[in-house]
Amino acid sequence: MEPISGIWAYVAMSLKATGIFTVVILVVAYTTLAERRVSAWIQDRRGPNRVGPFGLLQPIADGIKNILKEETLPATASRFFFVLAPILVLVPSMVTFAVIPIAAPLPTPAGVVDMVIADLPIGILYVLAFSSLAVYGVVLGGWASNNKYAFLGGMRASAQMVSYEVALGLSLITVLMMAGNVTLTEIVWQQQQLGMWFAFPLSLAFILFVISAFAETNRLPFDMAEAESELVTGYHTEYSAMKFSAFMISEFGHMVTSSALMATLFLGGWDLPGTWDDAHWYQGQLIAGFAADGSVILANPAWWKTLLTFAGFAAKTGFFLVVYIWVRWTLPRFRYDQVMSLGWKVMLPTALAYVMLIAGTILVLDEIGVPWGFGYGLALTAVSGMATFAFMFALDRGRTITGAAAQRGQRVEVKTTPTATARAGS
Amino acid sequence: MPISVKVIHRPEPESTSYLRAALSGMALTFRHMVNPVKVTQQYPEEQTELHPRWRGTHVMEQHADGRPKCVACGLCPTVCPANCIRLVGGEDDQGNRYPIVYEIDEFRCIFCGMCQEVCPVEAIHVGRHFENAEYTRARFVYDLDRLMEQDHPSTNLWDPSDPTGE
Repeated sequence: MEPISGIWAYVAMSLKATGIFTVVILVVAYTTLAERRVSAWIQDRRGPNRVGPFGLLQPIADGIKNILKEETLPATASRFFFVLAPILVLVPSMVTFAVIPIAAPLPTPAGVVDMVIADLPIGILYVLAFSSLAVYGVVLGGWASNNKYAFLGGMRASAQMVSYEVALGLSLITVLMMAGNVTLTEIVWQQQQLGMWFAFPLSLAFILFVISAFAETNRLPFDMAEAESELVTGYHTEYSAMKFSAFMISEFGHMVTSSALMATLFLGGWDLPGTWDDAHWYQGQLIAGFAADGSVILANPAWWKTLLTFAGFAAKTGFFLVVYIWVRWTLPRFRYDQVMSLGWKVMLPTALAYVMLIAGTILVLDEIGVPWGFGYGLALTAVSGMATFAFMFALDRGRTITGAAAQRGQRVEVKTTPTATARAGS
Repeated sequence: MPISVKVIHRPEPESTSYLRAALSGMALTFRHMVNPVKVTQQYPEEQTELHPRWRGTHVMEQHADGRPKCVACGLCPTVCPANCIRLVGGEDDQGNRYPIVYEIDEFRCIFCGMCQEVCPVEAIHVGRHFENAEYTRARFVYDLDRLMEQDHPSTNLWDPSDPTGE
C-alpha cells in the first residue's frame, strides 16, 4: 500500500481540510444545543425543543438571530483591537484540529490517505502554541472594551491560563516520554503498540491534563474570565451580535478541540480495542506491527476500518464533551485565590513530581529490559495508580482545596473598634 | 470612619472533603441527566384543565332566538370595580329593555366576577378561558356580538348556600 501522491494528494488534502472543518463547525454548533439540553435535564427542565424535531434546528436559529442583531461598538472602545479580539479567539480554537488524527488510514484507488489534515512533525507543540494564542484574544477583548468588568475578566483569564498551561505542559511530558515523539499519529501508534491506552499507565497525568484542560477552556468550575455573578459576563460584556457569537463559538471550539486532544493523548485516539485496526507509516510502508524477529507486519487498511475507528474517535470525543457539560452544571465556581493556589501549589508540584516518577520508572523498566508492550504498561499502571491514590488522598484531606472556614488562620483578624458613643465622648 | 464589625465565627469542621462532595454532586446530577423529572408542562400541546371557578374571558348568554339575555338593568357597570363595562340600554316596542351597546374592555377587567354575581337574569358570565391574545389594543374591547360568540364554559361562582360546590 502506497501513500497517496501527486495531484491526488492535493485533492485529498483539500477534501480533508474542508470536510473536517465543516464537521468541527457542526459539532460546535450542536455542542451548544447539547449544553442547553443536558443542562436542562440536569435541572429537571426540558431545554429548547421548539425549533425543529427535538430542537435540532436551534443552532441555526441562534446563528440567524446573532447575524441579524445590531452590532454595538462602545464609544470609548479601542476600535481596532475590539474587532481584532474575536478573530484572535476564534482562529486558534479551530486550527488546532488540523493535527489530530480522526480515523485509521483510508485506502483509495490513488493510494492510502491519512485521516489527519496535517501530520505535522511538531504535532503537540503546534497545539500548545495555538491554544495559548487564544488568551491574547480574551485579554485584548477585555482591554479594548474599556469596561472595568471586561478588563478584570481578561486579567483573570490571562493569569489563569498562564498558571494552568504549566501543569498542562508538564502532564504532557509524561505522554511524550512514553511515545518518544510529539507527533499525534505516533502517540496513537505507541498506544496501539503498548496494548493499552495512556489513561491507565499515566492515570495521574490524565487527571492533571483534564483539570488543566478545563481551566484552559475557561469552563466552569474555572470560568474566572466570565464569572457571571461577579463580572457581568467578563471579557465579552461589551460584545454583541456576531462578535459575541464568535466568542461563544471559540469557547465551544476549544471544548471540542481539547476533548479530541484528550481522547487522542489518553484514550488512544481513533484506536479501538484489539490489533485489527493498528496502522502506522514506517519507512514508507503502512504497518500493523512488528513480528518477533523484527520484520514488519503490513497493515491491511479498509474503508470499514476507517469508518469504525472514526466512530470510536467520535464516541471518545463526545464522552469528554458530555463530561465538560456535566461538570459545568454540577460544580460551583472556584474563588480566584483557590484557582491560583490549586494551579501553583497543587497542580504544578504534583505534575513535576509525577514527571520524575514516570521518568524513573521508565528508566528502571528499560534497564531491566521489560519489552514495550502490555507488561510494560501494567507496571506503569501500578506505579501511576499508587501516585494517583496518594494525590487523591492528599487532596481529600482538606489540606489543599478548602472552604473559607478552614483558611481562617491565613486571614487578618478584624480588631474590635470603639463604639460610636465612646468616640463621641473622647 | 471605621465601622463596628461583628465577627461571626463559622463552624470549623476538622477536615472537609471537597473531593467526595464534588463526586457525590456529580452522581446526583448524573442521575437527573439520564432520568430527568420532567415537570415542565408543554403548554400549547398540553393544556391545563381549568378549575370550575376559574374566572376568565366573559360570555354573554343568549336566548334561543339569538337575542342577548341582558335586560340592560345597569347593575354590572355599577358594580364593576374596574369600570370596564360600557352599557347603553334601549327599549323595544313591547317595552322589553335590551342593550344597544354592551362593551367590556378585557384589559381593564380585573376578572373579579362581580358582574356575573350581580346579574339578575344570568346574562353576563366570566368564563373558563384565558387565551385571548390580540395584535392591537382595540381588539381587547369585546362588543356584544363578540361576547355572545364566546363558546367556552362559563364559571361556576362560589355559592354561599353550597360552599363545597356539590
